[in-house]
Amino acid sequence: MNWISNYVRPKINSLFSRREVPENLWTKCDNCGQMLFHRELSNNLNVCTNCNHHMPITPRDRFTALFDGGIFTEVAVPRPIDDPLKFRDQKKYPDRLKAAQKQTGEQEAMLVAEGEMGRTPIVAAAQDFSFMAGSMGMYVGNAIIAAAERAVELKRPLILFSAAGGARMQEGILSLMQMPRTTVAVQMLKEAGLPYIVVLTHPTTGGVTASYAMLGDVHIAEPNALICFAGPRVIEQTIRETLPEGFQRAEYLLDHGMLDRVTSRTEMRDELITITRMLMQQPPPVIADLPAPAEIESGAEVADLDPPSEPEKA
Amino acid sequence: MTNYLDFEKPLAEIEGKASELRALARENEEMDVEAEASALDQKAAKLLTDLYVNLTPWRKCQVARHADRPHCQDYINALFTEFTPLAGDRNFADDHAVMGGLARFDDKPVVVIGHEKGNDTKSRIERNFGMARPEGYRKAIRLMDLADRFGLPIISLVDTPGAYPGKGAEERGQSEAIARSTEKCLQVKVPVISVIIGEGGSGGAVAFATANRVAMLEHSVYSVISPEGCASILWKDAEKMREAAEALRLTAQDLRELGVCDSIIEEPLGGAHRARDVAMQAVGGTLRTFLSELTPQSGDELVSNRRKKYLAIGSTGLAA
Ligand SMILES: [Zn+2]
Repeated sequence: MNWISNYVRPKINSLFSRREVPENLWTKCDNCGQMLFHRELSNNLNVCTNCNHHMPITPRDRFTALFDGGIFTEVAVPRPIDDPLKFRDQKKYPDRLKAAQKQTGEQEAMLVAEGEMGRTPIVAAAQDFSFMAGSMGMYVGNAIIAAAERAVELKRPLILFSAAGGARMQEGILSLMQMPRTTVAVQMLKEAGLPYIVVLTHPTTGGVTASYAMLGDVHIAEPNALICFAGPRVIEQTIRETLPEGFQRAEYLLDHGMLDRVTSRTEMRDELITITRMLMQQPPPVIADLPAPAEIESGAEVADLDPPSEPEKA
Repeated sequence: MTNYLDFEKPLAEIEGKASELRALARENEEMDVEAEASALDQKAAKLLTDLYVNLTPWRKCQVARHADRPHCQDYINALFTEFTPLAGDRNFADDHAVMGGLARFDDKPVVVIGHEKGNDTKSRIERNFGMARPEGYRKAIRLMDLADRFGLPIISLVDTPGAYPGKGAEERGQSEAIARSTEKCLQVKVPVISVIIGEGGSGGAVAFATANRVAMLEHSVYSVISPEGCASILWKDAEKMREAAEALRLTAQDLRELGVCDSIIEEPLGGAHRARDVAMQAVGGTLRTFLSELTPQSGDELVSNRRKKYLAIGSTGLAA
């Protein structure tokens, strides 16, 4: 089966595509109440400069910060069939999808890209909580399979940023089936001997946690991220007990053996570079900022960006 | 003593009347009630057919959860010999919601794993109503590894409302345990056969039901979420479970069409609980067929066919 069969040559993301933020807007931190200058906040990857509270970040902004020079190439994701169950609750499923697309400007709840991070070639996938709560439907399943297949093809590690409210109920059993499907994707990586690193971000819950988010070689979480299968409210209702402070938060899971590390978003990139390079038996990363890449004409060949350090292709 | 479901109330009345008549006749030898009683029998049979020929999805959920429906332990007793339970996850505990061990099916050794809900208050509590904790999945993983090492087919009998929403279960890594169990199902180089015998509840079911062949009993259900749960989230009203059950397409018939279920095992009229042995033997027949199809395949073929099957799921939806 070839998931890349309808692969279209992706456009290089413009170096300068970073969304312009109006100069004089302020955001209030929903944790400490501090008023934060918009640009200051976005330069700090939506982490409060006062209290280190991690606010949501879109996959596109995350990738812009993750990849060298903000340059990445999107990996095409095969589109699943539309509305397989003809599902309707209070709204029709296609209407909910359209609303999410309009609201986020994205096609679906996951973005997959390839590029370099500290001159380390990687494939990355990031889930978009702002798109229908990042719910895992067939598209997200296809995205993870496409990411794994691309990583195997290029012999690169896969770094996956998870964020989801759980399964997409509007796809019924087919969303549940993304648990085994994405597990197959993880197995492809493992068999190819490639690192699979999961960065668990707030919140990572439900079937997502119970599949690809918990199958990494290394599990890193952002501080205070809620990570669980059953959410705290469901548990409180079931056991009629109040849960302890910090229950199911990243630090708590670290204590309970589910995570390797809890790392601030602002330090995540350096840490990912360090870990992936060791696992790939590449030389230590270059410390300090890389020089800005030479200006790239739009439409430049991707091959031009290949670094001298790219590992031998067997 | 039959336990009737709410929609079977008219049936309960007729069957009740017939058995009352017969009880009277036993006490009073001059009475001849047989004609009247058998007329009631016929009426009951007709009603039973009418009720069950087109069960709504919500009614199927009720039948799937019926207290008298054969459970995992019943199937093991009826279909397997030399069952030798194996316990523990070698990590934290032995989970009584999940049973498993070595057994023989048609004299050939297999590993059998399943959820057990229990049959009375005491055993239901002990079995946690069939809701596994992480130790249950880890026990299953250990058993699947055992099966893999020794080349024994794996048979799983799925019957769970879902994973257990408990504090301890989360602390001990419920998600990781389910993920690993699903992963193990996909990895082993032996045949994996799963039968949804009652409720296939969400991740707790997937953990055991990711198989080369998945069969479902005619009135069993398999779903991403319970109808009640779905209704309370999407309709903001748990009482909308009938609508949710409809929308979720969780019946064996819909799942057969979606390719999630490979085969439907017919139940006796009125559900498996009305003729438990017939139902269990039908499951035995399906296991036999599946084993004969899968045993000739090599380990690598089994793994690759299993994967292909899951990668292909979702390529077609249901008709409008
Ligand atoms: Zn703050």
